[in-house]
Amino acid sequence: MGPVIEVSGLCKDFRVGFWRKRVRVLHPLDLTVHGGEIFGYLGPNGAGKTTTLKLLTGLILPTAGSARLLGHDLAEVAAKRQIGFLPENPYFYDYLTGREFLDLCGRLFGVNAPLRRDRIARLLRLTELEAAADQQLRKYSKGMLQRLGLAQALINDPSLVILDEPMSGLDPLGRKAMRDIILQLKTEGRTVFFSSHILPDVEVLCDRVAILAAGRLRDVGRLAEILKTPTEDIELTLQRVPSGLLPALQALAHAPLLHQPDGVLVRLPDETRLDEALRSALAAGARVVSIVPQRQTLEDHFLREVQGAAR
Amino acid sequence: MRIAAIAWNTFREAVRDRILYSILAFALLLIGASVILAGLSIGQESRIVKDLGLASTTLFGTFIAIFLGITLVSKEIERRTIYVIIPKPISRPGFLIGKYCGLVLTLMVTVGVMGLMVFLLSGLVDGVLTPTLLIAAGLDFVALMIITAVALLFSTFSTPTLSAILTVAVFVIGRLSGDLTVFAEQFADPILRRLIWVMYLTLPDLGRFQFGSRVVQGLPLVPADIGMAVAYGLAYMSFLLLLAITIFQRRDFK
Repeated sequence: MGPVIEVSGLCKDFRVGFWRKRVRVLHPLDLTVHGGEIFGYLGPNGAGKTTTLKLLTGLILPTAGSARLLGHDLAEVAAKRQIGFLPENPYFYDYLTGREFLDLCGRLFGVNAPLRRDRIARLLRLTELEAAADQQLRKYSKGMLQRLGLAQALINDPSLVILDEPMSGLDPLGRKAMRDIILQLKTEGRTVFFSSHILPDVEVLCDRVAILAAGRLRDVGRLAEILKTPTEDIELTLQRVPSGLLPALQALAHAPLLHQPDGVLVRLPDETRLDEALRSALAAGARVVSIVPQRQTLEDHFLREVQGAAR
Repeated sequence: MRIAAIAWNTFREAVRDRILYSILAFALLLIGASVILAGLSIGQESRIVKDLGLASTTLFGTFIAIFLGITLVSKEIERRTIYVIIPKPISRPGFLIGKYCGLVLTLMVTVGVMGLMVFLLSGLVDGVLTPTLLIAAGLDFVALMIITAVALLFSTFSTPTLSAILTVAVFVIGRLSGDLTVFAEQFADPILRRLIWVMYLTLPDLGRFQFGSRVVQGLPLVPADIGMAVAYGLAYMSFLLLLAITIFQRRDFK
């Protein structure tokens, strides 16, 4: 599928303080999101994730650069017709009921009355808000508001769904439900672009990710591409290790040996050294308890990138 | 449809606010009390009911216009409800016009209720209905549309408190605007005279909409004056809305 989001040199400066000093919060960003994928936009707090999402949804205006959404320029109102957006910690008109609010959103998308009724009923079911549909929003809990936020983002049957920290503030059940809905959106052929700093969720959901730190794009690609080194570390656990073998094992390891209740833990940098260590251990009469390759997680990679940006 | 949706929602917000009912109840109470005051006068009953009734309509209408107008946009930003609306396919000018229309609709209903009460009470006291009272209330409503646009304009870039101060200032100067030209003639300094003239031409001349005293005195209303006042009101209101849209178009919702 073709590109759904095409960002080219998009950047944003804010003016701060009494002297209106110009501060760049997003450095020129180039990014492409393809149709039908779940794209994770990662970064620590203050990295520029929300700024990017606000630029894409027209809440703030770019200092320079351009972006096309579903083939439309960012400035065109038509670009918004096929987009659903859930802001971070959404706030709604608390004097409205859930049903009234969804109806207002449907009207803003120009959805006709019968279709609006059907979609509202379906979305209230999907987000398990049917029982609270006619309650005023001031009586909704945070989780309920987050689910209503998702419902309003889907009222126009969008091709592209943009979610800003959708898991934020949700309990484990709520997070699981949100994950399931995001996966369902993908199976329905929609593109999902979401920002997050909850890495396990991103690892489970995303086809591709981008990592942003200090307003700059640090990395972008498929998870398998980003986590290039398949194994970083191999942990070998041995029992009945003769004391004469310990110096040889230490010479092969890239970290101090650890004496644990279930044996000696030897951390080896690669498979060649593992072979050598195994040969020596078996020849000396030691018993192999386990060999565990340590894979690089998204979290490891993320921390490395973010710490790199901080330095 | 989209502008109408925003307008309807703004109207719904106003009518679900208890404060609006308190203001309206107080205004109706004051208009009703004019009948008691009229009873204390000799031969001036009708005049007091009309005078006090129209003054109450203007006063409370202005209060509602300023009170709701100053928070029209700033509240959306402060409560972050705008984050859900702007990403929808409604243009920023469309959103602003929708908000304005919603408040104007609220004013139309409240001024309508107050004006109708004055009209019926004066009919009760007089024994005959005075349709020109409704025209005077209608022109008052046009003046309120300008006040609302002023409040909306300030609401697009400043805090509610500052907006309230500035709108009240414009309202007071606007009511006395007609006197400014007379005032200007008192000064010998041509620069000062020109400055007062510039103020007169820039700020809204709300005196143009005051037809109440003619109605109370039983004088006929000149259709051309009414037409001119309405045309002036609509032109001034459009100018203010354009200015508000220009500012709103450039705003970042951080």
